Amino acid sequence: MKPLTLNFRNKAAETMGDKQVQQSLEHVYTGFFKGRLEAAGDTPEWEELRDKGKAIKDHTIAHLDYYLGMLADNVEKNGGSVYFAENADEARQHIIDLAHARNIKTIIKSKSMVSEEMALAESLNDEGFETVETDLGEYIIQLAGETPYHLIAPAVHKSRLEVAELLDDNYKSGDRVPDATELTMMAREKLRGVFARADMSVTGVNFAVAESGSIALVTNEGNGRMSTTVPRVHVAVMGMEKIVPSIQDLSTMLRILIRSATGQRISTYVTMVNGARASDEEEGPEEFHLVIMNNGRQNLLADPQLRESLNCIRCGACLNACPVYRKVGGHAYGWVYPGPIGSIVTPVMTGLKDAHNLPAASSLCGACLDACPVKINIPRMLLELRHRTAEGSADTAERTSSKAERGIWKLWRAGMMGRKRFDLGARLSWLLLRPMAKNGWLKKTPPPISRWTSTRDFPIMASSSLRSKLSKRTKKAKS
Amino acid sequence: MVDQVSTSVGESTFDILKHLGLTVDFLDDQTCCGQPAFNSGFRSEARPVAARFIKLFEQVNGPIVVPSGSCAAMVRNYYGDLFRDDPQMAERAKQVGERLFELTEFISRYFGVDAITGKLNDSATYHKCCHLLREIGMNEEPIEMLSNIDGLKMTTLERADVCCGFGGAFSVKMSDISSAILDEKLDFIEATGANIVIAADSGCVFQMQGGLRRRGSSVQVVHIAEVLAKSLRNVISTESAE
Repeated sequence: MKPLTLNFRNKAAETMGDKQVQQSLEHVYTGFFKGRLEAAGDTPEWEELRDKGKAIKDHTIAHLDYYLGMLADNVEKNGGSVYFAENADEARQHIIDLAHARNIKTIIKSKSMVSEEMALAESLNDEGFETVETDLGEYIIQLAGETPYHLIAPAVHKSRLEVAELLDDNYKSGDRVPDATELTMMAREKLRGVFARADMSVTGVNFAVAESGSIALVTNEGNGRMSTTVPRVHVAVMGMEKIVPSIQDLSTMLRILIRSATGQRISTYVTMVNGARASDEEEGPEEFHLVIMNNGRQNLLADPQLRESLNCIRCGACLNACPVYRKVGGHAYGWVYPGPIGSIVTPVMTGLKDAHNLPAASSLCGACLDACPVKINIPRMLLELRHRTAEGSADTAERTSSKAERGIWKLWRAGMMGRKRFDLGARLSWLLLRPMAKNGWLKKTPPPISRWTSTRDFPIMASSSLRSKLSKRTKKAKS
Repeated sequence: MVDQVSTSVGESTFDILKHLGLTVDFLDDQTCCGQPAFNSGFRSEARPVAARFIKLFEQVNGPIVVPSGSCAAMVRNYYGDLFRDDPQMAERAKQVGERLFELTEFISRYFGVDAITGKLNDSATYHKCCHLLREIGMNEEPIEMLSNIDGLKMTTLERADVCCGFGGAFSVKMSDISSAILDEKLDFIEATGANIVIAADSGCVFQMQGGLRRRGSSVQVVHIAEVLAKSLRNVISTESAE
């Protein structure tokens, strides 16, 4: 997928002005956010589970080469093939080649954010394969020609009316009240036929288990199970960080993933795949292929300040907790991964220069860290990226701060380095602003504070500093 | 901010600490902890200001109390990052940080949440400022403290722990997003029907008050130090009247 990160401000403004989308985004809080809180509250060992999850991920990422090797060995032992793709182009081409070589006609996809990095469904359709998303949300998005809005709820921004218009060819606005169950049945009917004729599937991977060479899929609609059993070829795609050492670790990760994602104790389906059908088995795919993708993850791995972001299990809890995401929506972030975690991985995977607004778009409230099931310190990493955009690290191509901005902070420092200057600066501002103020507040100010006063009144300085007030008091007390 | 804009927050902090029987010293030379530049990414500008802060407060003993969870979090939780290439300075920062407390944290830890028993006839609601809540860990303590004030009717604020949208330079740099987040907060505030909103960080106070004023609302946003100090003054004035 082509990054559109440079467009952050415009897209954010557009979303904030869209009443319907704002209403849909409410569900992110009332549904997902509250659901997670409730599920966590009902799990007495919740904090221990989070610590355990963090420890598992820290360990795995620290020994990623070792576990990837183990995973590849075991997948092959189980009769599957493994392909390491350096980038999205390689991964996509590999899958296209696989499909061509096997004379595939119809491909069904189950939800996968990694496949979005490759814009896979679109590319497969362009190659002439009938390619259909089978997750209901993804299906709606595919019909609308859009990209996912949320890590686990791709169509969360769509109203029921819009979904009705997309799903029902005969739908006429105002005809009847769109009913969620009826719409789901409509999609189900359409998708059944596709499932039956599909000869290849592409699924994501929630976790790959190194010791057994298996993959685990978490779904609520059963489309994951259909995709991994019906077609004769199954291709699973994963980012190289989506790995756990053992089945025991998987059980810990599933408990925190599902609770953090939807607030469920367990999803309707948890599918484990150990590869293709064995010679003595009657059902299942004939071939299993695992595609493991780098696509910039190596950059995160090599970066001690940002490596922790590879611990992410894509539950979406930080999105639901984020007051900024809940206003600007998923598309503003301009690439596959939205929200707080997206503001860290997107700049590194697609380039910080264009994505410089992403780490800036945060009030640093810390709700993301609170919500993260593996305690990823997102605010710390946002600050790190801000530092790089402001002052540039080793590679100065990262620096996007303007000369004026750098000048302001230099001036700020000068003012803060001596008490006399500090007082003088404050007194001068007071003299300057006082004539414009009413009851200590300003309605209009010169730039850059004018951006504040466009929506809020601004307080002026006090008539004298706290220091002088306190010293007057002390003198009074002494006399 | 407290030194030059909301001086009454500083005076109130002073009064509260004195009421608790402490000798309070205000270091005349102090300016800023460096957070604004640090949060904007300008670490090389923040570093000397932070170093100045450390050196200044190394010269005095005893606890350092600040009426801001945000400044407290900067010193305690982020100086380590700021000085990560200077272990000696990082260690000095840590030692100053161990003596530094946010006001409500200091009171509840060393004097208890029922230490301030003032009097104030009003109706209020409490907004949980992000850094005090998540970086310092004060959640219900300030509310308990306020509930001990005689005559103060507290109403629960819906989504009290959701950010007001301030975020320092973010409120100017991304003004439209900051305002959209604020709008949601102000709707919940107005729904409580309370006369005053109490918060523990001056930046958040300005953001919410600035927004309420622009809406034409008469709701006042006040810093918790001001409320506590005022409630104490009310008791003293009643006593002297009697």
